[in-house]
Amino acid sequence: MRNPGGKLLLEVRGLTTSVSGVEILKGIDLAVREGEVHAIMGPNGSGKSTLAKALAGHPAYKVTGGEARLDGQDLFALAPEERARAGLFLGFQYPVEVPGVTNASFLRLAYNTVQGARGKDELDPLEFDDFVREKLKLLDINPAFLDRSVNDGFSGGEKKRNEILQMALLEPRLAVLDETDSGLDIDALRVVANGVNSLHAPDRAIVLVTHYQRLLNYITPDYVHVMAGGRIIKTGDKSLALELESRGYDWLLESGRAVAA
Amino acid sequence: MSNTALQNLIDQPYKHGFVTDIESETTPKGLSEETIRLISRKKNEPEWLLEFRLTAYRHWLTMAEPKWPNVTYPKIDFQDISYYSAPKPKKKLASMDDVDPELRRTFEKLGVPLHEQKVLAGVAVDVIFDSVSVTTTYKKKLAEVGVIFCSISEAVHDHPDLVRRYLGSVVPTSDNFYAALNSAVFTDGSFCYIPKGVHCPMELSTYFRINTQDSGQFERTLIVAEEGSHVSYLEGCTAPQFDTNQLHAAVVELVALDNAEIKYSTVQNWYAGDENGRGGIYNFVTKRGLCKGVASKISWTQVETGSAITWKYPSCVLLGDDSVGEFYSVALTNHMQQADTGTKMIHVGRNTRSRIISKGISAGKSNNSYRGLVKIGPKADRARNFSQCDSMLIGDACGAHTFPYIQVQNNGATVEHEASTSKIGEDQLFYFAQRGIGPEEAVSMIINGFVKEVFTQLPMEFAVEATKLLGLKLEGSVG
Ligand SMILES: Nc1ncnc2c1ncn2[C@@H]1O[C@H](COP(=O)(O)OP(=O)(O)O)[C@@H](O)[C@H]1O
Ligand SMILES: [Mg+2]
Repeated sequence: MRNPGGKLLLEVRGLTTSVSGVEILKGIDLAVREGEVHAIMGPNGSGKSTLAKALAGHPAYKVTGGEARLDGQDLFALAPEERARAGLFLGFQYPVEVPGVTNASFLRLAYNTVQGARGKDELDPLEFDDFVREKLKLLDINPAFLDRSVNDGFSGGEKKRNEILQMALLEPRLAVLDETDSGLDIDALRVVANGVNSLHAPDRAIVLVTHYQRLLNYITPDYVHVMAGGRIIKTGDKSLALELESRGYDWLLESGRAVAA
Repeated sequence: MSNTALQNLIDQPYKHGFVTDIESETTPKGLSEETIRLISRKKNEPEWLLEFRLTAYRHWLTMAEPKWPNVTYPKIDFQDISYYSAPKPKKKLASMDDVDPELRRTFEKLGVPLHEQKVLAGVAVDVIFDSVSVTTTYKKKLAEVGVIFCSISEAVHDHPDLVRRYLGSVVPTSDNFYAALNSAVFTDGSFCYIPKGVHCPMELSTYFRINTQDSGQFERTLIVAEEGSHVSYLEGCTAPQFDTNQLHAAVVELVALDNAEIKYSTVQNWYAGDENGRGGIYNFVTKRGLCKGVASKISWTQVETGSAITWKYPSCVLLGDDSVGEFYSVALTNHMQQADTGTKMIHVGRNTRSRIISKGISAGKSNNSYRGLVKIGPKADRARNFSQCDSMLIGDACGAHTFPYIQVQNNGATVEHEASTSKIGEDQLFYFAQRGIGPEEAVSMIINGFVKEVFTQLPMEFAVEATKLLGLKLEGSVG
């Protein structure tokens, strides 16, 4: 749902970011309002993950210029965990494995920390168990998941489901899902899409980073942005994604170059 | 989070670094036959024990300090150490109330209960302060079931036959450089004897404290579990903070007869030195258990967090058929600490089994080595060993090493070894942060997950203490 008059949830202006001294993001502008779904597409290496990590505050991604606000709050003034507690969620393209820490205890600590930051009650292990099992059912995830170590030995698809599960538990204001759809079979894709759709609410927003249009068959984006070379070179609606699907990126890159020249 | 911030987490000040102002009687520095005769005289020892000491000493003179451990330190001047230091009792200790109040306050500060009424979960405690055993609690209650739990000095007088029979029977006086030194100069330690068929009704615990700056601590522990008996023994240690190094060279001997079981747990928190490696304890310890009887079992669990240098290999000799040896270890090193620790499982009897679970955590510029020997003798038919050695690195400046030695002389044996190295890095902490979990909690959660398998082996109260201790070393202010 496009929401031009709605409340601005995320506002990024002129964001530049470098990694290991190399400038990757060269000035990103993005405005996401409550209730909206945005898709960010673009070829490999165009800076999509860099944008997601810079917003979430990964220490290796140095913001060198520009600003970002979440609910009007200066994101870059917050530590990464504070950004998460403020309602920013990043679904990782490559979720990290944490051997020895059970998923159940990790999920509960994350849930309780974020709940606590919102001034809400924390759940004890038994209450949390009931709560999380409900979510597992919704997402069609095997409860044995809870007793395994976080992402340890998970298949690619299981890792992605775990990201969606975490999103469903934490109920973020803004979820940035970085290629949550890649490497999934059609069933898993449907689960992810259902998870995203069930989270979708008028007071939240979702940014999907993807380079396939197939996820967009399940989730209808209000805006499609195309990134290349660290910039957003084009913004359109769902039809842009379809066009990219049939024509690839080259025509856009060329016209972009023509514009730049 | 940067590595510096990560480092802040683990740079917690040492909390036990105070010195007790107490009058003590310390022999002059230096080691000679005369020193040994003096120690023996002070302790009013029988002739055979003096002989034991002198034999050890003469052998020690012919030995060289081991150079194979993966640790470095300046040469120790063994003449610059005082070999006997005892808090001067105001009068002979008749009961708990006679313990020097200053000493009592020390142990209260350390959280060691001396007063029987205050003993929480019914743990009997023997306390070794510098060289001398200060008190043993719950002696009477233990005596009712025939369990002997006292200082080894007392045991020498009250149970000479037992001590004479078993002392040096597992770790001979000539075993290694530090064991020989200990045999020559040991001043005190704990003795326990569990009679046939007795399941010891409470945990037995010894608390070691080095207080004097220039004294070494050489304690000697001997535990004998008769046929079908069972005992769980805990050992804790701390020391004040000095900028010189103190030597701690203990010997622990365990003997388990037919169907007996000994569970020995240690939480070692000797002063580790400062962040530049100044001061700290040299912990050069020989611990060995002999599974002498059939189906006997000895299980070592250690949580090593302190000491400038740790050199320690709690081992099991599996002599009896069907006997079982276990080694569960967590070794945490930080700053300039060095640890070379592990175990030896010597399978002699048939159908003997051993299990090794080692978890090393290295931070700062520390160096953490696992060294383990699994030896299957020719008669050890169907012997089985499983070893798992995991290392975790925090930051980029530390080292983790694994030195497994496997010697198999029997074709029917099964030996399995697994090893892994992982690292708490930026990406893991960022993942936690992105779920709202700050770096302190993240590190503590990851570490607790890493050591879980070992900590579940600890008796309940000790597990709580050990978790707190790791927490102390890991939590703190983040920049
Ligand atoms: N951690 C990193 N270290 C070095 N270079 C990186 C790192 N992360 C990303 N890059 C570089 O930044 C550019 C953009 O990468 P990325 O944001 O992952 O692109 P996308 O997600 O669009 O595929 C690439 O050239 C990539 O090599
Ligand atoms: Mg990417």
